[in-house]
Amino acid sequence: MTRLRATGIEVSLGGTRVLDGVSLDVRPGWTAIVGPNGAGKSTLLRVLAGLRPPDRGEIQLDDAPLASWDPRERARRIAWLTQQGSSSGDLTAREIVLLGRLPHLGLVASPGAADEAAVDRAMAEAECAAWSDRRPQQLSGGEQQRVLLARALAVEAPLLLLDEPTTHLDPPHQAALARLFRRRAAAGTKVVSVLHDLSLALAADRLVLLERGRVRAEGPADEPALHAALVEAFEGAIRIERVGGRWIAFPHLEQ
Amino acid sequence: MRVDEQRRLRLALGLAIASALVAAAGMAAGGDGWSPAGLVRALGNAEGRLIVLQIRAPRTLGAWLTGALLGLSGAAAQGLFRNPLADPYLLGSASGAVLGVVLVLAAAALGGHAVSVATAQAIARFGLVGAAFAGALVGVLLTLSLARGAQETMHLLLAGVVVGVLLTAASDLVTTAAPDALRGKQAFLLGSTGFLGWQSCAFMALGLAVTLPVAWRLARVLDALTLGTETAVSLGLTLGRLRLALVAAIALATGVAVSQAGLIAFVGLIAPHLVRRFAPATHGFVLVASAAAGGALLLTADVLARTLIAPREVPVGILTAILGGGYLVWLLRGRRAA
Repeated sequence: MTRLRATGIEVSLGGTRVLDGVSLDVRPGWTAIVGPNGAGKSTLLRVLAGLRPPDRGEIQLDDAPLASWDPRERARRIAWLTQQGSSSGDLTAREIVLLGRLPHLGLVASPGAADEAAVDRAMAEAECAAWSDRRPQQLSGGEQQRVLLARALAVEAPLLLLDEPTTHLDPPHQAALARLFRRRAAAGTKVVSVLHDLSLALAADRLVLLERGRVRAEGPADEPALHAALVEAFEGAIRIERVGGRWIAFPHLEQ
Repeated sequence: MRVDEQRRLRLALGLAIASALVAAAGMAAGGDGWSPAGLVRALGNAEGRLIVLQIRAPRTLGAWLTGALLGLSGAAAQGLFRNPLADPYLLGSASGAVLGVVLVLAAAALGGHAVSVATAQAIARFGLVGAAFAGALVGVLLTLSLARGAQETMHLLLAGVVVGVLLTAASDLVTTAAPDALRGKQAFLLGSTGFLGWQSCAFMALGLAVTLPVAWRLARVLDALTLGTETAVSLGLTLGRLRLALVAAIALATGVAVSQAGLIAFVGLIAPHLVRRFAPATHGFVLVASAAAGGALLLTADVLARTLIAPREVPVGILTAILGGGYLVWLLRGRRAA
């Protein structure tokens, strides 16, 4: 199983320390990274994906430094979905999803049956196969997000890093996404997602709570000590309760 | 067949038919205007054949090739900068080419004054075509060095603007010192297809044969860039190197075109727009179709330039500016109405 491990990661942006000694071993299953705004969640995901080198610390992919990997080889192992993604061109939804096969195809090779099948699977999983021939400007924000998610899924990488994948999605599709992560995780993919929706994050296998660039707590999502740390990190503005067999985070509206 | 494929096929056929028809019209366009009967008569005697085969034919093919090079580089520039208003002259090639031409034109006047006589003679020997080509490439190299490579498109864009301003100021300075160069500079700025011979055609065909496959090979990079730089990197693309290759293709295609025909406006901007409007597609298609559309556009403008006020000619650059500007105004009005 592909391993991704970060040790002592430090990153500063514009003179501000955004990540301050973060260590993280990506475990099998679905891991949700949560934390208050500005905690460094998206930066951590970028560093894990190899998109930004850390100022200090080390990222190891399968026991070799991430920076030493050939970019295409790395891209076959780590799929990444950006926060607030969009497509500015004239590509159809299917053509966008097919870009997920770029690490396998390179610049010239034509897509084969395996690539087309991967695209079919990804579009079916992200529930966007119905608008294969439509272009982004013909899709709503939520529909575009599902196409971009399918693009990340089409890589069929053993590590799936997703930054706010629920952006623009309505509640049924957020729930469908959670089921999709569980299915992928059960099939052996390590899924790491940054999530602002704490209730959705509590449905993950594991939680990593970041606060001011540090890992404040980490562990199984149903661990009471982790829930307490979450409430504290959000300055008591939430409470976490078990409802219908699930952990739900409620914001205190009266504050 | 899917709707998209039908549209692409229709556009490809339309461009091929339009190019063939306008090329035929170009062969029949002479000093007395457009005349198919005149073409038949001309082919009947040796002198007429010489005019058709040595003047009209290379000019017609040359106009198509110039337009194709500009259409291709325009499509590549718009994809690279993720900006539909980017044009192939953005990278400093236009101002570099103008400076090269102005230096050659002014060399005689500057000899013994601003530069040594030997330097002035060396510059003059370079010739206008060589100077324009070298100037275009030097302009792009300056842009690249100012932007410290092609890693950041915003740096490239800003560096291109700065180099454009500085080189334009330099050529203005040269024409201030040697006003005789002004007329030639003006002609170069307007662009002309009037002097294209078979040698120009061969040079441009070679330029297209080199740059089109390079750009086409990088079409998937442009597709990936529509999803943003970071997503493209996450897909395993080494963008610094690939962008550099794209800039080289754009610079070469633009440099070859402007060295032969001067600064012809709007073709590089409009051709990709027309293609995307009629048959939106991946960059693999857009690049090739933009080359064909650029060829058809400039050929049409050239035939109009030769026939509208025959026996005199309208500078083709003025016509492309009017046609291109008109298209943009129409596009703008359409958007406002929508």
